[in-house]
Amino acid sequence: MTLGTAAAVRSDGKEQTPRVVLSARGLRRDFAGFVAVKDVDLDVHHARIHALIGPNGAGKTTIFNLLTKFLQPTSGRIELLGTDITRTPPARVARMGLVRSFQISAIFPHLSVLDNVRVALQRPSGLGYQFWRSLSALDQLTPRARELLAIVGLDEAAHRLAGDLSYGRKRVLEIATTLALDPKVLLLDEPMAGMGHEDVGMISGIIRSLAKDRAVLMVEHNLTVVADLCDWITVMQRGQVLAAGDYATVSRDERVRVAYMGTEHEEGRA
Amino acid sequence: MSEATLHQERAAASVRLERALVALGIVALITAPFVIYPIFVMKMLCFALFACAFNLLLGYTGLLSFGHAAFFGGAAYFCAYAVKAWGWPPEAGILLGTAGAALMGLVMGFLAIRRQGIYFAMITLALAQMFYFFCVQASFTEGEDGIQGVARGTLFGVIDLNAPMTMYFFVLAIYLLGIFAIWRIVNSPFGMILRSIRENENRAISLGYSVGRYKLAAFVMSAALAGLAGATKAIVFQFATLTDVTWQMSGEVILMTLLGGIGTMVGPVVGAGLVVGLENTLATSGFPVTIATGLIFMVCVLIFRRGIVGEIYVRWLGRGG
Repeated sequence: MTLGTAAAVRSDGKEQTPRVVLSARGLRRDFAGFVAVKDVDLDVHHARIHALIGPNGAGKTTIFNLLTKFLQPTSGRIELLGTDITRTPPARVARMGLVRSFQISAIFPHLSVLDNVRVALQRPSGLGYQFWRSLSALDQLTPRARELLAIVGLDEAAHRLAGDLSYGRKRVLEIATTLALDPKVLLLDEPMAGMGHEDVGMISGIIRSLAKDRAVLMVEHNLTVVADLCDWITVMQRGQVLAAGDYATVSRDERVRVAYMGTEHEEGRA
Repeated sequence: MSEATLHQERAAASVRLERALVALGIVALITAPFVIYPIFVMKMLCFALFACAFNLLLGYTGLLSFGHAAFFGGAAYFCAYAVKAWGWPPEAGILLGTAGAALMGLVMGFLAIRRQGIYFAMITLALAQMFYFFCVQASFTEGEDGIQGVARGTLFGVIDLNAPMTMYFFVLAIYLLGIFAIWRIVNSPFGMILRSIRENENRAISLGYSVGRYKLAAFVMSAALAGLAGATKAIVFQFATLTDVTWQMSGEVILMTLLGGIGTMVGPVVGAGLVVGLENTLATSGFPVTIATGLIFMVCVLIFRRGIVGEIYVRWLGRGG
């Protein structure tokens, strides 16, 4: 039912047919004889929240690593905003606007919360290589960093060490850091894993507002969240795409029920 | 709010303490040659700068190089040769040594940064050993004898470096300049990125940083500063030998840095002072130096893993390196 409202938001939006910003064709990755990902076609659209779901070991994180070029595909082709990035190094892909989060919260533990965000702002401001200037050169980034921290409710913790934050707040910090880059395509690997109920609500809200003017692809296990938040779902199993469509379509699919939903519902009841 | 003010107060207190310590250190170094044998203090300063340059890489970038002797000893050879064979003035010789070390750092770093952790260390060791064998064979290094009788000469054509006190203050100036450069690099926007790479390399990549370039830049800076230390040492002792390019020398600088405390500005200086002091003391006693340094290293690993200065920071000042 919430899916209906999400679709309504889209239908009164400017883009009737959302454009594809990130696409993969025939993606495959072998690990010493084991095929982790096989024949995967994937289209990620602007202003859409796209979920990648599937049982453990289905290849979701491998897909993330392939799309962000942390792993090199064995074969296949990846395009970002119309440019072929199949052979592009990962840092360059990030600079082109495809930014990811990690399953394990990726922060800089011995830097302050504020510095975590400022590090992300530094490169776009051209302050990356300046070894002759004092650290006060970074003060110009502080207002923007504080704005970003305020969005995720971390402004009070700005001077704490990032490593001292609770698990949920580390994840929130990671999102603030990712936002600093203003990515065109955002890849979130289980952004709500291990979070409390209130935090899930807050993150959902943030993701929803982010997706207004960018594409979001997320791996998520919590089907309630997926049903509530995501416009499009790709179901994976054993490295292949099993089904794709909106939540209603996917949840009616018999193969998906057998492979994934069934077990998940049983677990839910237990 | 209160947390922010507390943070500011604590930061201000630690800045005041650091400034006081730096001032105290400089006063101590200015008076030292009047109390202690100047050559010994100069040797300490050269090794302290070497260790600090090494720490720029290990402590602040997270790269363990096992080949830094190549830069230290290599620069000593370049400087000694230019001064002796070509009659260059000392400042030009030191500059050449530093530039030569930087160039070697560029080549070695370029090859080594493709790998991580122990593989990185092994590649730097292998390349440094190749350089060592080159130095054994090449004619310009004069083999086992080393380049001896290097004239200290006159600095900028006016200051005679043969007077021990003049030489001492020249070395002190180079040392302070080198330490300032390292401090500036560490506490700069670039240094912030180095730290973030050390903390979480994948995250730095995903933020769009080409970490390889940053590592290479840090490697070259570290090599150049190690070279500055080595070239200065060649002028002080008036010779350049194979000892300074051996793998034992690479190991010694690791020991100095770990002993003093990695990732602190003062740690490597303390470590270098201890190791050099110990070697000088034991040199006349007949007790094998390697056994003593080995024992110290074991105690360091077992009891104070953060190093002497690192432990002081954590226990007395309540902050991490």
